[in-house]
Amino acid sequence: MSGRAPALAVDPMLRDPATRIVVCCGSGGVGKTTTAAALALRAAEQGRQVVVLTIDPARRLAASMGLVELDNTPREVAGVDEAAGGRLDAMMLDMKRTFDEVVLAHASPERARAILANPFYQSLSSSFSGTQEYMAMEKLGQLRAEDRWDLIVVDTPPSRSALDFLDAPARLGSFLDGRFIRVLLGGARGGGRAYLKVLGAGFAAMTGALTKILGAQVLKDMRTFVVALDTMFGGFRERADATYQLLKTSGTAFLVVAAPERDALREAAYFVERLAAEQMPLAGLVLNRVHVSGAGSLSAERALAGAETLDEADDHPLTADLLRLHADRMRLVKREQRLLARFTAAHPRVAVADVPAQPGDVHDLHGLRVVGAALAEPA
Amino acid sequence: MARRDPDWDGVRLHVVTGKGGTGKTTVAAGLALALAGDGSRVLLVEVEGRQGIAQLFDVPPLPYEERKVAVGPGGGEVYALAVDAEAALLEYLDMFYRLGRAGRGLRRLGAIDFATTIAPGMRDVLLTGKLYEAVRRKPGRGRRYDTVVLDAPPTGRIGRFLGVNAEVVGLARVGPIRSQAQSIMKLLESPQTAVHVVSLLEEMPVQETCDAVAELSRAGLAVGAVVVNTVREPLLRARELTAVRKGLVDRGEVAAGLKAAGVRSGEAVVDALLAEAAEHAERVALEKTQRKTLAALGRPMYQLPLLPDGIDLGALYLLAERLCQQGAA
Ligand SMILES: Nc1ncnc2c1ncn2[C@@H]1O[C@H](COP(=O)(O)OP(=O)(O)OP(=O)(O)O)[C@@H](O)[C@H]1O
Ligand SMILES: Nc1ncnc2c1ncn2[C@@H]1O[C@H](COP(=O)(O)OP(=O)(O)OP(=O)(O)O)[C@@H](O)[C@H]1O
Ligand SMILES: [Mg+2]
Ligand SMILES: [Mg+2]
Repeated sequence: MSGRAPALAVDPMLRDPATRIVVCCGSGGVGKTTTAAALALRAAEQGRQVVVLTIDPARRLAASMGLVELDNTPREVAGVDEAAGGRLDAMMLDMKRTFDEVVLAHASPERARAILANPFYQSLSSSFSGTQEYMAMEKLGQLRAEDRWDLIVVDTPPSRSALDFLDAPARLGSFLDGRFIRVLLGGARGGGRAYLKVLGAGFAAMTGALTKILGAQVLKDMRTFVVALDTMFGGFRERADATYQLLKTSGTAFLVVAAPERDALREAAYFVERLAAEQMPLAGLVLNRVHVSGAGSLSAERALAGAETLDEADDHPLTADLLRLHADRMRLVKREQRLLARFTAAHPRVAVADVPAQPGDVHDLHGLRVVGAALAEPA
Repeated sequence: MARRDPDWDGVRLHVVTGKGGTGKTTVAAGLALALAGDGSRVLLVEVEGRQGIAQLFDVPPLPYEERKVAVGPGGGEVYALAVDAEAALLEYLDMFYRLGRAGRGLRRLGAIDFATTIAPGMRDVLLTGKLYEAVRRKPGRGRRYDTVVLDAPPTGRIGRFLGVNAEVVGLARVGPIRSQAQSIMKLLESPQTAVHVVSLLEEMPVQETCDAVAELSRAGLAVGAVVVNTVREPLLRARELTAVRKGLVDRGEVAAGLKAAGVRSGEAVVDALLAEAAEHAERVALEKTQRKTLAALGRPMYQLPLLPDGIDLGALYLLAERLCQQGAA
């Protein structure tokens, strides 16, 4: 179904002990979480010690994987076939909790308490756009450091753009390193003092304005927060950088997931280009929810003509409807093939695996096995 | 001047939310056109900095300025505005504090960026503030609108977005910011505001719709309609669907039909057609369940068809017409 694109060899990738991390990226709603879970299950049933880090899984899928407790640690998934000696642990990322843990681990207890109670911290840790991506990276780093699994499969947060997973952590970093923060820190860091000098009396006026607008308490909270965070900031940056480097090593395989739709494939193309620019290892494209037909040689046109013949003869109404249904399916199949062909023309070396659209949602281990098998089957 | 409509008479602010990618921007634009149908002047607002409206109406990116993007079918007008949080903050500071140069200094320093980033709440205060200004615009302060339609943040963030002013009232104990926040809350909680939720007939969007409806109701916000987007009509008749689901289709009869239709076929083709029919029947059944779940929310439901050729201006008029027919405007 994938035109002339090379086939993505999923099983060899999953079985290769050198594969240590698989990251599933893609734009919103394309099937990242499903793909991550399906690959993790398949790898575990082929004998690997796997942990899958999921982010906001659909409720029923989470339930079927035993992800009911939000305690931010991996738990063994029941119902996995362990005959080959593998196992599967799964966890659901709790972004705020992960952030809290970082604070607790890197600041003195007293300081940590102050940070956790600060209203600015609360807003940053629960809703800064990018915090989720940053914390996904952080958690990945932690899981890797624990060294309990030989394969980590990572789902990425829902976002419009697949690139967010790569960009967001840096965004948080540069934000925390921003100019205004340095000013707030005043003398605490060199840059701040220089700015103050330049700004001179203007700064006092502005602080005055800020106090007037926000109130003295808000400004004080802001400053306390920034100062407290500053002490552990180096740690933040370093850790994010280390994980970023980890993602560049050959033990990592990025999969970009897309639906056979124009927008999703465009996002996938951006992502592929970006990975190449960053020299990050792309394993291939997972084209999810592809439509197929067992009667591909019966074209939409011929099916419709047949239906019309039956209509005219006023005979076999069910067959006429089945033919119209098939015509509809074939038009969809062709459109999807054209979209993929366009992607492949621009990125001829990107390997592709496709997964047929299931008639219902994928919400249990059985469904994940079906998806996993489809992924492994040469397209 | 405003036309009496059956469902949202008296509503001045329509907020359109939904799970990401379900069609919020499309539906908001369709609704704006529908509301502009009879000569009203409607403002369509986006707040996520994505220029979704400009793309949809195929016009150059919108500056922070109200621009006419379309005329309603009956001569009304649709204006569009892409609210930018930074610009809104400066405007706001100027309005309340006449900051002048200090305001520009704050921007140079990155304070504006800081303020709108670190406290996403701050962003939301500004964005809702601008919305409020557009709805309650005073004479002499610019063009006035009969209705405002917001292409809102997705369901995951809508409660926070609309509820942010309550938090502000908690934080800012005195001053103009507090009273502004109180006015905004009052508008959002009044019968002049309706929050519509866009959904698809799939598990996750439906789940998010239910969660959002519960959250909004708890917060005292008026949930408007549930808009079911990209609806596909079943291609098989009800009794055919039943037969397919129960495996009662007569294969011989289908094979005979194919022959009569002049379609060259064998067992494999019959199998394939029946498999496609079975999948179709399963999907129709699933959609029916999802539709029931949505109906149980007890809100007016509008159905919008899946338009196979995608969305262009013509498609928006068609969606607007469908919305009108179903009582949205
Ligand atoms: N091949 C498939 N066939 C049918 N349904 C599928 C398929 N893959 C995924 N789905 C369904 O599509 C929905 C979205 O999938 P999923 O949650 O994996 O997407 P996602 O990319 O993780 O989304 P988000 O960006 O919101 O995190 C789920 O309900 C899932 O069951
Ligand atoms: N009724 C419809 N028929 C066909 N295509 C549609 C329909 N409604 C929306 N679409 C298409 O679906 C895609 C998503 O729609 P839209 O951008 O309006 O969603 P959104 O909810 O605003 O997304 P986001 O969460 O990214 O802002 C677009 O490509 C749009 O053209
Ligand atoms: Mg997901
Ligand atoms: Mg949108």
